[in-house]
Amino acid sequence: MLQRKRWIFAMLAILPTLAIFAWVRLYPIADTLRLSLQKWDMLSKNKPFVGLANFRELMGDHLFQDALVNTTIIAFGVLIITIPTALVLAALIYHRTRSRFAGFYETAVFIPYVVSLVPAAMAWKWIFDAKLGPLNVLLSMFGIAPQAWLFNPVLSVVCIIVLCSWQALGYAVLIYIVGFKSLPVSLFEAAKLDGASGPQSFWYVSVPMLKPITLYVSVVTLISGFNVYAQAFVLASDAQGAPGRQVRVLVLDMLENSFRNYRVGYAASEAVVLLAIVLVLTLIQFSLLREKGRS
Amino acid sequence: MTEITEGARLRFRKKLIDRAIDLLLMVFSVLMVLPLILLVSNAFKSPQEMLAWPPTIIPHAPTLANFKAVFGETPLLRWIGNSLLFSGLSTVCIVATSAFAGYVLGKFRFRTMNIFFALFLATAVVPFEVYMIPLYFQAQALGILNSVWGLLLGYLVMSFGIFLIRQNVIHAIPDELLEAARIDGAGELWIFWRIVLPLLRGALGALGVLAFFQAWTSFAWPMIVTTTREHYTIEVGLALFQTGFTVDLGRLSAASAAVLIPSITLFVLLRRNFVQGVATTGLKE
Repeated sequence: MLQRKRWIFAMLAILPTLAIFAWVRLYPIADTLRLSLQKWDMLSKNKPFVGLANFRELMGDHLFQDALVNTTIIAFGVLIITIPTALVLAALIYHRTRSRFAGFYETAVFIPYVVSLVPAAMAWKWIFDAKLGPLNVLLSMFGIAPQAWLFNPVLSVVCIIVLCSWQALGYAVLIYIVGFKSLPVSLFEAAKLDGASGPQSFWYVSVPMLKPITLYVSVVTLISGFNVYAQAFVLASDAQGAPGRQVRVLVLDMLENSFRNYRVGYAASEAVVLLAIVLVLTLIQFSLLREKGRS
Repeated sequence: MTEITEGARLRFRKKLIDRAIDLLLMVFSVLMVLPLILLVSNAFKSPQEMLAWPPTIIPHAPTLANFKAVFGETPLLRWIGNSLLFSGLSTVCIVATSAFAGYVLGKFRFRTMNIFFALFLATAVVPFEVYMIPLYFQAQALGILNSVWGLLLGYLVMSFGIFLIRQNVIHAIPDELLEAARIDGAGELWIFWRIVLPLLRGALGALGVLAFFQAWTSFAWPMIVTTTREHYTIEVGLALFQTGFTVDLGRLSAASAAVLIPSITLFVLLRRNFVQGVATTGLKE
């Protein structure tokens, strides 16, 4: 009787959340999968089933390939810059935990992660600006010729990577600091007794012990890298001023196909590709973690 | 005697290294916030001063002309208002749904609840960008495009919020406490309201801050849901404003500063909540 009453309460309490969740999350996800197999121009009533035709077309679509390559380069570029920097920074900040500036370090590194994306991107747009920006002036002092940072196809990708890394760093540092705090102090003391120097105990004790955290942060960074959109939208306008066209990214290509070209089914198939990438990354993370647990 | 000097030498060396690390961290920290500081400072500069090298941190002749121009030309306050309303409502919805679901999933061990939990868990990795196009058509069918309700549709629930609260419920609320209340004849709703919620205050606060910033900085969803100028959120408004005025950096900086200053202040005030939220959602066991 009591058990039954509790069950009823539990159901009633979770039902609203569950209903909302099904409505704004489960259904749209299922709909994405369904639409990716259909052809729909947004206006007509019927959505004919086309099987895998959308995916087949994607394979020959140069704009999509462009977007996929750019997005992948950005995601891995951010990863390569962020993880090592964050690990070293977190180690140094953790080492100086008792310093009276520790709070300032943490806050300063973390602020780029929380500020609104667009204003922050604006600051970088000014820094990279070919004519007005301080970066070219700074470089010219070292005798380097000014570059059209935001209009050169290679350099504009670099700019986006710099912006994304600047933002992603704070999150990675924070998670690493939590990781450092969870490591047993006795481990470092033992290393010290054995005569290990600071850098040695960092490399031979901290780095291996923090491997699961590195794995987690890497996957989170990669996934958010694959979802890059606003950064490219603001930084990479093309010569005509069309936002985000200079560096085409997946989300932009998807939204253009859906809302500009009225090819919703096709756009949904791109979303499915994005989902597949994210799932593969997550699976890799889980299988690596499990492997580690077994050994 | 030699041992003492050896010890003193080592201590001195350690101190020297610590100072060097401090210096390094200090320089790095300043470099991290420098772009934002320069942006805010540019907002107060005249066009001539903005071109000066090296860029001045504190403008020689501060002017409010950029702000006046921006507030006159664009509905900036309206956009900020839209964002505040949207983020506030989203926070309320996420905190409420997460509190109920997290409590139930943490303390009621029925088989059905496990199935629900698996459902939340399995879809948590799916990025918003994957399903936002079908969600857009749902908003369209409801006729809530270009409104705060349309914006809200994408930000009603948060998987990590549910996990965060569930984790806290499991760790912070002992079963014995709930059982004791039940034996005293307390109803389930009373227990939730009077015992569980007060104990979760810290976690709910952290989640609230997280949810607010998530909505405040959202971009892709407001970008497709709002198409008329007066319904933009501040992020969309700024992003589209900059495509129109690519050259006038003063006004762009002023508009950006008007957004950055309050949000950075808010963050510095709520830093502890925020960091706690990110750290615990980030490290789910």
